Amino acid sequence: MRISVYVPLVVGAVLPVLAPQVARHRAPRPAAWLLACAALVAMTGWLGSLALLAFTGFAQIPEVAEEGHWSVAALRTEDPVLLSVAAVSAMALAAGLMSLGAAAVRQARHLLWARRECGRLPGGTELVVLDDEAPQAFALPGSPGRIVVSRGMLRCLGDTEREALLAHERTHLRCRHHLFQAVWRLTEAVNPLFRPLTRAGGFVLERWADEEAAARVGSRTVVARAVGRAALASAAAARPAALAATGGAVPQRVRALLAPPPPRRTLPFVAGALLLTLCCASLANAASDSEHLVDSAERAQCAADADAAGRARAVHPARERDACCDHLAADTHGRHGS
Amino acid sequence: MRDDKSEESGRVTGRRARGELEGSVLAALWAAEKPLTARQVLERLPGNLAYTSVLTILSRLHGKGMLVRRPAGRGNAYSPVRDEATETAVRMHSLLERGSDREAVLSRFVSELSREDEQLLQRLLGEQDTGRHDDGQ
Repeated sequence: MRISVYVPLVVGAVLPVLAPQVARHRAPRPAAWLLACAALVAMTGWLGSLALLAFTGFAQIPEVAEEGHWSVAALRTEDPVLLSVAAVSAMALAAGLMSLGAAAVRQARHLLWARRECGRLPGGTELVVLDDEAPQAFALPGSPGRIVVSRGMLRCLGDTEREALLAHERTHLRCRHHLFQAVWRLTEAVNPLFRPLTRAGGFVLERWADEEAAARVGSRTVVARAVGRAALASAAAARPAALAATGGAVPQRVRALLAPPPPRRTLPFVAGALLLTLCCASLANAASDSEHLVDSAERAQCAADADAAGRARAVHPARERDACCDHLAADTHGRHGS
Repeated sequence: MRDDKSEESGRVTGRRARGELEGSVLAALWAAEKPLTARQVLERLPGNLAYTSVLTILSRLHGKGMLVRRPAGRGNAYSPVRDEATETAVRMHSLLERGSDREAVLSRFVSELSREDEQLLQRLLGEQDTGRHDDGQ
């Protein structure tokens, strides 16, 4: 409990630093899955740790202890969690859960909107062309999803580049990349520290679609040129130049496509998996520790009660408490044996 | 490469393949400056497709009211139905202009460029173009 409950918090702090490294240099598809798993584990680890810390503090409130029949004194002596830490944890937990709820509602609403929009777009075809000179291209998730491309975008690309664009957007739809995005956004809502996961994840999804498109048209340089040309055309037709800090995602994609294909090395993934396992194991360990703690506090309370009852037995032969202690003893013995 | 491709197309289901082909044909017609015959469309599509399947797709798209057909030589030439400033176009345009947070669900092909990005990209593509002049344009 002393250490293990903090491990998920530390892993959560380390992940956002490691994630972009993984994203830049690995094969994008496994990297995306790894980032999604990392997000899920970081989110559960963070919430779980906070819940345990908050619970141990909460359990020391005399009224709560009385309700649960455990000894406050026993908890206090054994439990290293400070009340102030528990209070902060409880607040962070509440904030995280509220923000998660709000983000979940927002995500669901956006996806529903996209799905409805897919149905409203004209023509029964997968591709919808906007009669617009400004270069635009995006995939709209739905069932089935639609690809929306403007006339301006189609005109600035060559024949195979056009095919690469379509293959890229089809990959987003077919591999349900919007669900990956949703996982990262929810994680980010729980703890703003996890934001780098969202950014790295977004980049990895684009790379995934790029590589898939390259496999489809049979050339990585064609995809590189399609991406580059589309981006330059969009920049030329730019609306108010409001941004300068997109992190250079497009040049990085182009560079990655012009370089040799990324290696499918397993070592970083093994390391990542170990980190995630460590996080889960610590959380489980901390949870069982705190259960054990409460058990022993319950036993201490029972023993105290039994003493009191023994002294009072001459007057009132009450047996309920003894039965409770017997049951509890048997219960904990069984658990420790396993 | 050819093997990979045929394996890939074998994996996709018939309906999806047809949907993709419709998209490719439509995109080729929109990209062209003038109406195209089925033969011209075929030339602009990668891979070795059958002339008849392009014809089928063209007549299906025409049936859906997405293409205009006019006689050209012995066959027909097709061009997309222009619909500038329709409700869809306006809605999409305002969505992208306004930069609402709904944008989060869209997977955009390219993100915006900063000025440095633009120069870097020019250079990357420039190096590329001096290297080879084959497929694409």
